[in-house]
Amino acid sequence: MTRTNGKISRLATLAVAVGLSAAAGYVAAQAQTTDAEKEIERYREMISDPMSNPGFLAVDRGERLWSEKRGKNNVSLETCDLGEGPGKLEGAYAKLPRYFKDADKVMEIEQRLLWCMEKIQALDTADVIKRRFASPGVDSDMEDLVAFIANKSSGRRIEPQSSHPKEAELTAIGEALFYRRAGVMDFSCATCHAEPGKRIRLQGLPDFSKPGKQAQETMGSWPTYRVSQSALRTMQHRMWDCMRQQRWPNPDYASDGITALVMFLNKQAAGGEITVPSIKR
Amino acid sequence: MNKTIFIAAAFALSATTAMAQNAPAADPAKVDAIIKDMFAKVSPEWQARTNLDETQRVCTDSRNQPNAQQAEAIQKRELATVVQPADGKFLGDWKKGFQVANTGTGGQFSDRPGGPIGANCFACHQMDPKELSYGTLGPSLAGYGKDRNYDPQVIKDTWTKVYNAQAVFACSNMPRFGSMKFLTEAQLKDVMAYLFDKESPVNK
Ligand code: HEC
Ligand code: HEC
Repeated sequence: MTRTNGKISRLATLAVAVGLSAAAGYVAAQAQTTDAEKEIERYREMISDPMSNPGFLAVDRGERLWSEKRGKNNVSLETCDLGEGPGKLEGAYAKLPRYFKDADKVMEIEQRLLWCMEKIQALDTADVIKRRFASPGVDSDMEDLVAFIANKSSGRRIEPQSSHPKEAELTAIGEALFYRRAGVMDFSCATCHAEPGKRIRLQGLPDFSKPGKQAQETMGSWPTYRVSQSALRTMQHRMWDCMRQQRWPNPDYASDGITALVMFLNKQAAGGEITVPSIKR
Repeated sequence: MNKTIFIAAAFALSATTAMAQNAPAADPAKVDAIIKDMFAKVSPEWQARTNLDETQRVCTDSRNQPNAQQAEAIQKRELATVVQPADGKFLGDWKKGFQVANTGTGGQFSDRPGGPIGANCFACHQMDPKELSYGTLGPSLAGYGKDRNYDPQVIKDTWTKVYNAQAVFACSNMPRFGSMKFLTEAQLKDVMAYLFDKESPVNK
């Protein structure tokens, strides 16, 4: 795919500008809507064009990584089973996290990818884990792979899995985690995400306490290209960021607690349409 | 006739409660194990932050809906932790109080050691009516002191509220800034002045 960097960076700058004016417009919005809304609408149309969303660069990199021979076994990930059968990617992300018999464990996408890297490629994942979140000048294999794989579920609907007892159990644990108050500020996820129409400063807070539209639109939009971070981000990063704001400790990457939270959020988001990678503030 | 309707309504109610309770609840031991695993790599000091105190336990288990006895017990326990200012003065410097209310760092694993610590009241409350970037998790505090005629009793009660929100309202979503030792006494006084000083933009 050919896309000039000039175009991408121009669009990123525009996205920041629109994102900022959208935030500033938030308050004014009640009274004097139209201008900001029109701008946001134009922005939405623009980013629904795959050629304009820098997140698609991550999709391309992920595609290359998926078929690249790596590890001691010098093989690609193309036989990795993400739940729909070895190498089958269409719709796989829509049903994750799910139970995997070979691992006897419920796994979300990043846990499963690490598992495939270790079992199929015999790849030392230490470096991959070190680069789990991209930083300026450093790409993340995990973010790129997730972008590629999730994109193969674009247009599908979120299908939370609960038929295996371990899936039902982990979903219930995720719900318990969502309401657990701890730390120096007594925060739980529910402190910020259990009432409709609330915001922190100017940032709108989706309500995940009820199943439906807000959860669907949120969960159907990850992974997302975050303009403020100039990087594509996955749910692992969002959970890390919210734990930070929650004044909880730094959660271990790809740990079962995060999978549990994603199980619960996906339960609330059941049936939501996946359109990824999206682009956000 | 009325009685039938009443019974039907009561039945419907208990049916919905029963249904909510029938949703498979998580085994508390497994929840604890998952949390332990999630934070296995952080320092013991950080791990300790995931332990629930008595109040957090009740608010977690009741999802912030404690029954009357639980609420009373929480407020009594939390009130006992409130310390009055040593010199009897509740109000400090409102300008410094603005910094306390406007600073969002402190207590996060990403914060640099020794960096600024603030309560980020603006995250949840409107305060200075001219400041547009405020959150709505809590009620507006614009004009707080002025609207209460700077009443000394209200000032005293608000000290208690900001020191420990749950001494006043069990399972409040507002942090317990004084009791958790999150803010210093001086910071508490300053943010109180931001609410109650006549010169503070909150009251303009
Ligand atoms: C102290 C406040 C706070 C807490 C606690 C918190 N969050 Fe968030 N959350 C936010 C903010 C702020 C955003 C960003 C909204 C934005 O960027 O517009 C956010 C965003 C999110 C998003 C993405 C929303 C979107 O529109 O894409 C998810 C999912 C989420 N949070 C889940 C959680 C979960 C699960 C927890 C608990 C582990 C949690 N949050 C705890 C404040 C919080
Ligand atoms: C995470 C959200 C949050 C933060 C941060 C927060 N509050 Fe609150 N606050 C609330 C909520 C929710 C209420 C309403 C429930 C209650 O009274 O406890 C409240 C209530 C109050 C009240 C009582 C209002 C009344 O009814 O008269 C005062 C005063 C107050 N807050 C001051 C502060 C100050 C000062 C700070 C910062 C030092 C602060 N709050 C930070 C959430 C918050």
